[in-house]
Amino acid sequence: MIKAKSLSRHYGPLVAVDRLSFEVEPGTILGFLGPNGAGKSTTMKMLTGFLEPSSGTAEIFGHDIRSDSLAARRLLGYLPEGAPLYGELSVERFLRFVGEARGFRGDELIRRVGSAVERLSLGEVLGQSIETLSKGFKRRVGIAQAILHDPPALILDEPTDGLDPNQKHEVRQLIRDMASERIMIISTHILEEVDALCTRAMIIARGRLLADDTPTGLLARSRYHNAVTLVLDDLQAAASSLGALQESREVEIRRGQLTVFPSGEGDLFEAVTREVRAAGWKVSQIQLESGRLDEVFRTVTGSEEAA
Amino acid sequence: MMNNLGVVLRRELASYFATPVAYVFIVIYLVMAAVFTFYLGGFYEREIADLEPFFRFHPWLYLFLVPAIGMRLWAEERKYGTVELLLTLPITATEAVLGKFLAAWLFIGLALLLTFPIWITVNVLGHPDNGVIVAAYVGSWLMAGGFLAISACLSAATRNQVVAFILSVVACFVFLLSGLPMVLDLFRGWLPQAVIDGIGNLSFLVHFTSISRGVLDLRDVLYFVLVIGFWLAANRIVLERKKAE
Repeated sequence: MIKAKSLSRHYGPLVAVDRLSFEVEPGTILGFLGPNGAGKSTTMKMLTGFLEPSSGTAEIFGHDIRSDSLAARRLLGYLPEGAPLYGELSVERFLRFVGEARGFRGDELIRRVGSAVERLSLGEVLGQSIETLSKGFKRRVGIAQAILHDPPALILDEPTDGLDPNQKHEVRQLIRDMASERIMIISTHILEEVDALCTRAMIIARGRLLADDTPTGLLARSRYHNAVTLVLDDLQAAASSLGALQESREVEIRRGQLTVFPSGEGDLFEAVTREVRAAGWKVSQIQLESGRLDEVFRTVTGSEEAA
Repeated sequence: MMNNLGVVLRRELASYFATPVAYVFIVIYLVMAAVFTFYLGGFYEREIADLEPFFRFHPWLYLFLVPAIGMRLWAEERKYGTVELLLTLPITATEAVLGKFLAAWLFIGLALLLTFPIWITVNVLGHPDNGVIVAAYVGSWLMAGGFLAISACLSAATRNQVVAFILSVVACFVFLLSGLPMVLDLFRGWLPQAVIDGIGNLSFLVHFTSISRGVLDLRDVLYFVLVIGFWLAANRIVLERKKAE
């Protein structure tokens, strides 16, 4: 288990992380979500022992990151932001270095490097120097060094940042594959990633924890949660008659789409479809919304700004 | 303790030889050493079988070449962010600082050893005192270690290698010359003699010259060991404070 206890970090007068407390259990993919400069990276740097907290502390499976840093670091795999690597080394030499630093020698070292290479399909570039690799391969090397010792917790800082859509998909698949029985903490500012990948999400802004929920739970906070959105020929007429429904609270027309919000009474979707059939509008699209993360994100982080 | 010192050291050396840095350094070092010895030092003209003209110029050679090796030690790690990778592995800061320093120091030692043809030459031409020559080699390597420790520390203070190089050359220059009148005269008249003697004793040149005469005095050796220890301790502190910037 990873347990943060009132973790804080100041840079001079600037408070980067402000009394962050949370607990993560194995089997969780936790997403740190927040605008740039929110304190996601700083939190990860403290958890991994790179930065000393200004106050507060954290435990990695019972090992305090301040008093027992080496033991804590042994249980972690870490991909720093931008996946820095020793570019002049070959992939194999680099992974051997990380393996040695993790305490593996001889056959065990060869076995560990071999299995990481296989897992991330690095076989074809093994002898190539890292700086000559494509971005996708470099990221895979970064992940390979993080999982080399098969750690019970992995911390990945923006693992998909700067990758093309195919590479993003591939890295997400890797993260999903590695997640069982492990703690995974990833940071991102890409909202759909949270929905696609995480089992839990924490929204952080200005160093403070603003929301901590499952992605579904976050979506339920959206005003669009359970709303019905339609694309049809006669927007104005539909808006006035659907707005009069007992099941609807209000309607909104935006970019050629009509959205009806639920009042909480009855089944809005059923009421809307009934009305559509009765009125005979030409509907090209109808959709029950689960909620919009970007709207939740803006509301949660925006209310902070207003405060 | 220090299990990972060797791991850091080997990785560092692998990087030297994976890039042209190692080869360029060694070639330039050997060529410069030869130029100084034969042209400026008058190796043949003196008709004395010793390596004084060879060692006499080492401080000046190191003044520029050692900061060139030292400047990348931490500045590069900080620039590319690999310092974060390095220090989140189960490696202590002390292991990292010592490992990197020792790698560079051994590498300079290798370059120094490759000057062995001149030692053979002087033995073919005459009958030099080989004890003096060995002492001078040891002294030269110790002095290089002093320059290197200064450069390593200053390299941790910046992410820009050029800045690290210039700062290191200046700092090394001050340490090199602190025994000469041009530096001591600045202090004479307003500082007590004991302090001036102290400053004079900080000079690399004074200690190196005494070793290279063949007197491997423990105090001179201790001086360089202390200088290296001091700057590496400073390196560790600077690294802790600056690594996250």
